[in-house]
Amino acid sequence: MTNPNGRFGIYGGQYIPETLMNAVIELEEAYNRYKNDPEFNRELAELFNEYAGRPSRLYYAGKMTEDLGGAKIYLKREDLNHTGAHKINNVLGQALLAKKMGKTRLIAETGAGQHGVATATAAALMGMECVVFMGKEDTVRQALNVYRMRLLGAEVIPVTTGTATLKDAVSEAMREWTSRIDDTHYCLGSVMGPHPFPTIVRDFQAVISREIKEQILEKEGRLPDAVLACVGGGSNAIGSFYHFIDDKDVWLIGCEAAGRGIDTFETAATMNTGSVGIFHGMKSYFCQDEYGQIAPVYSISAGLDYPGVGPEHAYLHDIGRAEYVPVTDEEAVCAFEYLARTEGIIPAIESAHAVAHAMKIAPSMGKEKIIVITVSGRGDKDCAAIARYRGEDIHE
Amino acid sequence: MSKIGNAFVNGKAFIGFITCGDPDLETTAAAVRAAAENGADLIELGIPFSDPTAEGPVIQGANLRALQGGVTTDKIFGLVRDLHRDVSIPFVFMTYANVIFSYGAERFIAACRETGIDGLILPDLPFEEKEEFGPVCRKYGVDLISLIAPTSENRIAMIAREAEGFLYIVSSLGVTGVRSEIKTDLASIVKVVRENTDVPCAIGFGISTPEQAERFAAQADGVIVGSAIIRLLEKYGKEAPEQIGAYVRSMKDAALRAQ
Repeated sequence: MTNPNGRFGIYGGQYIPETLMNAVIELEEAYNRYKNDPEFNRELAELFNEYAGRPSRLYYAGKMTEDLGGAKIYLKREDLNHTGAHKINNVLGQALLAKKMGKTRLIAETGAGQHGVATATAAALMGMECVVFMGKEDTVRQALNVYRMRLLGAEVIPVTTGTATLKDAVSEAMREWTSRIDDTHYCLGSVMGPHPFPTIVRDFQAVISREIKEQILEKEGRLPDAVLACVGGGSNAIGSFYHFIDDKDVWLIGCEAAGRGIDTFETAATMNTGSVGIFHGMKSYFCQDEYGQIAPVYSISAGLDYPGVGPEHAYLHDIGRAEYVPVTDEEAVCAFEYLARTEGIIPAIESAHAVAHAMKIAPSMGKEKIIVITVSGRGDKDCAAIARYRGEDIHE
Repeated sequence: MSKIGNAFVNGKAFIGFITCGDPDLETTAAAVRAAAENGADLIELGIPFSDPTAEGPVIQGANLRALQGGVTTDKIFGLVRDLHRDVSIPFVFMTYANVIFSYGAERFIAACRETGIDGLILPDLPFEEKEEFGPVCRKYGVDLISLIAPTSENRIAMIAREAEGFLYIVSSLGVTGVRSEIKTDLASIVKVVRENTDVPCAIGFGISTPEQAERFAAQADGVIVGSAIIRLLEKYGKEAPEQIGAYVRSMKDAALRAQ
């Protein structure tokens, strides 16, 4: 899907300081050299299977299906991966690539902390130094993950600039990379940023849809009617969509964080409220004002609290191949509680956005229809925040 | 042709950077006039951006103060129009790609031409992406100024060959800000530049003292100073223009001493 110049339609590109240009060119060359290298892929497959616990299960959610009374619902259990989210897929790939490139230090941004934890984990495993940038606001919302990263040997730097959330963590990681390139790889956590990151991260996450396809064909003998995933930057969504893009009958639905609603300013639903712009190295959709100033965004979910979206999603949106729907905090919290009670699965609040939309569409679909929801991560990290949302003050 | 060449006819050039609207546009106008009266050869006017990823803490702070003060792209065009009634040195804008893209490239660059902005410095628009605005810039005779970094290496010749206005040579890795020491081998970068273009080059990032101005002016056609000026604005606010005038005078004199 990527053009030679790193574009998805008009989206993508390399809008970065000159200081970083040779670094991204070197990364692209290394990736092109290793992506079809049998030894690299053997090592990565071994890490995926033996370390991260892949393939992840495609679980038939029987009680949820029965309760909603419509389409058959399957859950792609990325929450069961080592470190508790899909983020490990990308991180193992990038860390292995960085190691082959002779890098000894990984830097990363993180929102909810899942990508930071995954990066700290891979760094520990591969004997690399690790520094994670995390918005100060998010270090408070996700204190447990801060502790996990430090336990894994990473340095966590709270970012106080701007809105002190994910976008500022990305900006700070980019600034750090411009000051130290020789030994450092920027392990970007989503399908965003300058080319080649959106392509590399998508390829490492595409294992999700490759497995869904094999598993659903084995269980049902046919492709699903719809695949749903939450979208912040969009890595688990593109991973869930990728191998279905050419299967035009599969309805691809990305679920954006609407926060307090898309008719309010407290939202992070980029496709539904944003416009085309250039930021963080890419041309894509962004929440911004009329002068191109990036808007402060809001979501209960630290992982979806980002004012942009990956360029390939922008393209899939424009050509009408995927649909992007807003889901509010309240709907996501209800889905979080619903999945816990109905299936005994506590999803990440990010993933709960996809569960919430499935709850809206499944009842009106026929019983012969099949929906797959990617549960991108586990929800332990969110329990304290959801309790607070419900007016209960618990301490971790 | 743009007027940028005029900045390099008075000996080694001193180029100053000021974020528009920090703390307000009246102070910006007074600061630009003070700099021009005291020997600045060119002024880079910063249009603030909410998320300036190439800037260090000092200029990030200026961007934030300016936006909080309510400055907008339209008000900045008004400022430029006003300044050009009595200030004759060339101006360029320094900002981020999204500021231009969201305003509409055609509308923005036409307004540059109309108000008297001779060039654009966009730290997030590398060589590979310059055609984003290149065709419109050429149409209106506004120079798209390229940057060369310590990591550019094999890219220097390619960038220099297509250079317009002047070449901005980034002295060090990292973001903008005051530095006590600059270790990059700038002489070899400038040598490759000279072999590939007649366009003048100026060194920026980290320069704050007259000693540095003299040393780096000797290696190029001029020096660029940003954070040190912004620190005066941060410290003195509306009283800063007088300080800026004296500072620019000391820096221009130092640059002129360079051999």
